Amino acid sequence: MPLQNDTRNQNKTMTSPDELRSSSPELDLDRPNIEDYLPSGSSIHEPRGKLRLRDLLDISPTLTEAAGAIVDDSFTRCFKSNPPEPWNWNIYLFPLWCFGVVIRYFILFPVRVIVLTIGWIIFLSSFIPVHFLLKGHDKLRRKLERCLVELICSFFVASWTGVVKYHGPRPSMRPKQVFVANHTSMIDFIILEQMTAFAVIMQKHPGWVGLLQSTILESVGCIWFNRSEAKDREIVAKKLRDHVQRADNNPLLIFPEGTCVNNHYTVMFKKGAFELGCTVCPVAIKYNKIFVDAFWNSRK
Amino acid sequence: MGNTSSMLTQYDIEEVQSHCNNTFSQQEIVSLYQRFCQLDRSNGGFISGEEFLNVPEFAVNPLSLRLLRMLDGLNFKDFVAFLSAFSPRASLQQKIEFIFKVYDSDGNGKVTFNDMLDVLRDLTGNFISEQQREQVLTHVLEEASYTKDSLIVLSDFVKILGNSDLKMEVEVLVD
Repeated sequence: MPLQNDTRNQNKTMTSPDELRSSSPELDLDRPNIEDYLPSGSSIHEPRGKLRLRDLLDISPTLTEAAGAIVDDSFTRCFKSNPPEPWNWNIYLFPLWCFGVVIRYFILFPVRVIVLTIGWIIFLSSFIPVHFLLKGHDKLRRKLERCLVELICSFFVASWTGVVKYHGPRPSMRPKQVFVANHTSMIDFIILEQMTAFAVIMQKHPGWVGLLQSTILESVGCIWFNRSEAKDREIVAKKLRDHVQRADNNPLLIFPEGTCVNNHYTVMFKKGAFELGCTVCPVAIKYNKIFVDAFWNSRK
Repeated sequence: MGNTSSMLTQYDIEEVQSHCNNTFSQQEIVSLYQRFCQLDRSNGGFISGEEFLNVPEFAVNPLSLRLLRMLDGLNFKDFVAFLSAFSPRASLQQKIEFIFKVYDSDGNGKVTFNDMLDVLRDLTGNFISEQQREQVLTHVLEEASYTKDSLIVLSDFVKILGNSDLKMEVEVLVD
């Protein structure tokens, strides 16, 4: 793999044009190799005629792009949540809807609460002993804690009768791999966690959420960051790199979009997940819009 | 026009339309108002520089900082007037005036060699050296019979850019 990188770099310096030599050689590595994108046989056209003052002063294309971004942009469109349209307004559907309310709130909802409560009871009664009594036997303890976290997540998904179809190979515990997924809502993580105990990178929240984070999530291996701290970036990047190197750490899951979006467009990825020097395995989560619009609009 | 209300009255729409010299239709002004409210997250009645920079496609534009100086603190009426140069109904004169205003950062009606060099630097960055930039600009200016010390005014701009097919249009989507 390192050998391939070297020959690619050589290619770049040989074909870059001599007329405009960059004043900083490090930039050459960032520029894409143009030859990869042109169809074979063609070359970059030289500009016709001489450069005139008119060409230099005409900044209209750049200004048009800026104005276009001001008027509309796909990033903001990603945060648009669709308001639900009322459908129960006529005489046939309204009684049916009332019947539905009875079933949903008085039958299904208690059942779900019971399922969730049972899940938490089982989880806590197993997790707390395992956590404290097996302090000495780290490997066994971690294995059990991992299974328990997967269990409670399955209970959570079952409590809202979630049906999850998995396609493709399951994640395995190997070093030098990182998983990236799209982010629609807070339950993305739980849905993935019930299949495999991933380690995540998360912002530390105060209060009881923080308590939950530091005890339960710590057992699957979590990396904390603080958005407000400036130096935090490098520390976190180092922690991430250390995490993926070790074979017995849980596979790392990162949401490169950085925030919850409505998945109508792709939002520009943050580069943190891709600079760790390991294989990137993409995971796509698709919610069936007929049943639920799971998008959690963090901007509201 | 009230700063805190998010309701646009017919009177407001007509006032904005006359302020921008009828370059936008009434429906376009309503769409622009929705966009203005979308960008103005703090509801201050104007879009701050930071709120503009929240739009990634705007933030990566090389001229974003120059445009921010013109955009900072504009209320809705001035926001529409700013964008009027990009309407398909705007005249070539209006577009050239806008470009002139982008170059003329101190607003004294004259564009100097350094102003043009600054814009060129924003666009080219590290890809050519400062020396090469100055050489190119001096050479091209002299060919157009200006010198390094010439002060370019709006009428010069009209002469230079007037004959070109300047394409500077943005579409405002109307629901």
